[in-house]
Amino acid sequence: MDIWMTLLMLVVKALVLAISVTLAVAVFLLFMRKVLGYFAYRVGPVKVGPWGVLQPIADVIKMLFKEDIIPVQADPLIYRLSPIIAFFCALGVWVVIPWAPRGSFWSSMSDPNAGVLVMLAIAAMGVYGVALGGWASQNKYGLLGSMRATAQMISYELAMAASLLGVILWTGSVSMFDIVDKQREVINLFPQFLGFLVFYTASLAEAAWTPFDLPEGETELVGGYHTDYGGMRFGLFYLTELTHAVNSAVLTTTFYLGGYNPWFGLTMIPGFVWFLIKVALLVFVLYWIKCTFPRFRYDRLMVFGWKVLLPVAALNLVGTAIYVALWA
Amino acid sequence: MNVVFIVAGLMAIAGVLGVILAKQPVYQVISTVFSFLGLAALYLSLQSEFLAVIQLIVYGGAIMILFLFVIALLSARKDPVEKDVGQLTRPKLLGYSVGGALLVMLAIVGLFGHEGRLDWAQVPADFGQVKAFGYQLLTTNVFPFEVLAFILMVAVIGVMILVGRHRA
Repeated sequence: MDIWMTLLMLVVKALVLAISVTLAVAVFLLFMRKVLGYFAYRVGPVKVGPWGVLQPIADVIKMLFKEDIIPVQADPLIYRLSPIIAFFCALGVWVVIPWAPRGSFWSSMSDPNAGVLVMLAIAAMGVYGVALGGWASQNKYGLLGSMRATAQMISYELAMAASLLGVILWTGSVSMFDIVDKQREVINLFPQFLGFLVFYTASLAEAAWTPFDLPEGETELVGGYHTDYGGMRFGLFYLTELTHAVNSAVLTTTFYLGGYNPWFGLTMIPGFVWFLIKVALLVFVLYWIKCTFPRFRYDRLMVFGWKVLLPVAALNLVGTAIYVALWA
Repeated sequence: MNVVFIVAGLMAIAGVLGVILAKQPVYQVISTVFSFLGLAALYLSLQSEFLAVIQLIVYGGAIMILFLFVIALLSARKDPVEKDVGQLTRPKLLGYSVGGALLVMLAIVGLFGHEGRLDWAQVPADFGQVKAFGYQLLTTNVFPFEVLAFILMVAVIGVMILVGRHRA
């Protein structure tokens, strides 16, 4: 009986998490269009609902009612499967994110001992959605696009993991809660500044966000892995990319901005609200980046990932190791 | 724990069967990944958290993606050109006999191997977790660890030499 109760609570928690993440992504999309509009001296969406609030919902309804087309030459099973894999893995990262101080039922979905590694494993599996999506549509542009995106994601995943090693070493633990709790006095941004730079850049590349958004470079590269996708299947890929962008903000908050820990000693604001405030700050930075930077050239992108980010992450790791071994 | 073991074991076996039986290479890669998921769950049920996660990161995430990369590029078309692969009979016979022998050996180990071994309760609480695993790796087993690192380094240097010579 007890195990069924635990299982039921897990399912409820997972449902609440999935729905709130999807809603958060909808809000993210709305604000993205509004803020990008303001940056470009436009007003963004205004027609659907007051201040354009219902625009993401309208988008989803439009996508849901589109005809569901599968290309004749495509592999039907994998064509259907890959957006689901991609979205599932993007959502899965949230399983280990700590929202609020340890102890409460809602403070996180789960608290595995190897939290950071679980996060990296789920993120690594997400590459399959992209890699299979391009192959399944049996289209040369799709295949090339998926190869491009896969190579980019694998390369930057390496730099991301290498920069996280610094944080792990600094904390002395791989548990997400331990990492956040360690930042009660000083957030990791200061002692791990190099690692922060590498991690943030790599997480942008993981999310295919602006300087690294070649996977969706429609004008010059004919889209990418989702060229042959339409309707809600494309919508799912789009949702995945937005979720990855939100993930970038959330993970950076957790690892470098102190997660739910209050800033400036303002402890009367609850931890969960602090978490949201920090995420919102980083999300604004995401919009800012999106309307500031032009796209990388592909070879430059690979060179940057392997010859700049990875050595810098290694340098950060060595520096942290020396510090921890000698003084901590 | 038994339920997890059975489900995860069935997942792993189903994945491996898929590797053998599937016609298309990409399906075989996906089945491999599926069986790796099952293996990771098996490790989890054996309290080896670190091994489970590493299984997913290294094998599921990195190595199989490279396989997929190569296969998708080499046989980009859904139906590959060489269709009649399964016509050789003698390798099939050989395969069955070797597989059968392996199965018998595994059955012997599985049925009689537990005698005089540690029981479940004797495993320490932090067994298989990151800290304990790393401690064992860098104290008790540091020599094999360094040798493995050296072998991997040799492989990397070998690749560099091969590619570099080709380009020059």
